[in-house]
Amino acid sequence: MELTNPAPPQPTPLPPPFTHASPPPTLLTQGAEALLYRTHFLSPSHPCALKHRPAKPYRHPILDKRLTKHRILSEARTLVKCRREGVSVPGVLALDAEGSGNGSGGWMMMEWVEGRTVREVVVEKGKSGEGLEGLMGKIGRAVGRMHEVGVVHGDLTTSNMMLRPWSASVQNGTRVMNGDGDGEEARTVGEILEGEIVLIDFGLAVQSLQDEDKAVDLYVLERAFGSTHPEAEEGFQEVLRVYGESYKGAKVVLKRLEDVRMRGRKRSMLG
Amino acid sequence: MASLQTLSLAHLPPDLAVHIALYTDLQNAPFLRDQLLQGNPDFEYALIDASVIISTTHVLAAVFRAANDYLNGRLKSRNVHSEIVFSLGANNNIAQSLRTFGIGPTSTTLLAIKLATTPAITPSTVSAHLASSVKGTAVAFSDATLATTADVGKIRKVYKLGGVGGGGGDPKGKRRRKDGSEEGSGGGGGGGGGVGTAGLDGEGERRELEVAILGLMALRGAV
Repeated sequence: MELTNPAPPQPTPLPPPFTHASPPPTLLTQGAEALLYRTHFLSPSHPCALKHRPAKPYRHPILDKRLTKHRILSEARTLVKCRREGVSVPGVLALDAEGSGNGSGGWMMMEWVEGRTVREVVVEKGKSGEGLEGLMGKIGRAVGRMHEVGVVHGDLTTSNMMLRPWSASVQNGTRVMNGDGDGEEARTVGEILEGEIVLIDFGLAVQSLQDEDKAVDLYVLERAFGSTHPEAEEGFQEVLRVYGESYKGAKVVLKRLEDVRMRGRKRSMLG
Repeated sequence: MASLQTLSLAHLPPDLAVHIALYTDLQNAPFLRDQLLQGNPDFEYALIDASVIISTTHVLAAVFRAANDYLNGRLKSRNVHSEIVFSLGANNNIAQSLRTFGIGPTSTTLLAIKLATTPAITPSTVSAHLASSVKGTAVAFSDATLATTADVGKIRKVYKLGGVGGGGGDPKGKRRRKDGSEEGSGGGGGGGGGVGTAGLDGEGERRELEVAILGLMALRGAV
């Protein structure tokens, strides 16, 4: 899983031109490949997410540049395609796949997505139990829409889905998102489940129309669900039910999912 | 000349100011275009036909990209100002981008942008020079005025975005969001109600289009 581990204490320097912004970008999370910051685009009133892929000092510089460039462009390409086809994902605002040289890596700025991760919502709701059916349906529909346009996420987990409240205007998000605990205002049970699913982190995404790839995508989500939210495992049936009705080829993919369950994620047992 | 605006973009060095002026009823487009074609150094501006600009964010994103490439020493065109026009394009063809987004002989609206690449470029020098060379009505550079100068149909065509944000004749438009993408075709900045919610009104459509354009500009041909 990318971008879910808490930040370690030693800071990775920001790439130019983000070194003298005020307020400075705040680090939200860090994965093996990238660091995710919250900052702003063009003016401080326009919040955005900044994904920085630092250079890896242990790789040969030429290879490193090629890999970084390829990964940034491939993620951006997938996001732009999804967005054009009406799948709810953050839009790409700007990118620099080559960086400023001397090991600064590359970066991409995306629209800021208000709300919380589905993981947080389910964990909070899980204590009280039911009421998650609607949310599960929304997840099924969102994943179905993405698969319909030929995009396979590659890392579907509940941490890579946001629940954006309907009311959230994308333009002015001033709330700091990962305030855990005291900043939370009291919400009614129904209220926290309101909103629209936005899929995030397309760092491992590929464009594919193959049933096998889509089935593996669902399988990864199913496994992730089982391990992160064992109490809500039955709810996953609803994800699959709605997925099955969300686009034309979905039923075939669900059939394929049964095969994948039998043998696991890897098709070939060679090597 | 209260019309010239000077702003600095977030993350760029503050001394790299952006001077912007917007004109309607442009009278001397052929003259201005000739100065660019002849490479007259006094006319080193990004001179953009405002009809293909949907919002302030749209054009400023191009300025941001060009300035970042300028600071990193990897301009692909002659100077940072032509690079701004090039950065508006969705592909790597410089000539085509200059033709599509740059001022043409028949342009009636103009967005003039000058980056303060040397300390000699100040708001007063820029605004004096523009006042003496551009024949047109200066208007404020804002989303509201750009909404009146933008030709949304043309913009959709230029970026090949027929279906995005509802409207347009593209069959893909039908597949977008089951809840209310059928309404609101034309481009006028109609009702500005619940932005970011399910219904796509004129404002929501514009936003959807803008974000799609920014994505294409950022990728520039790497789609």
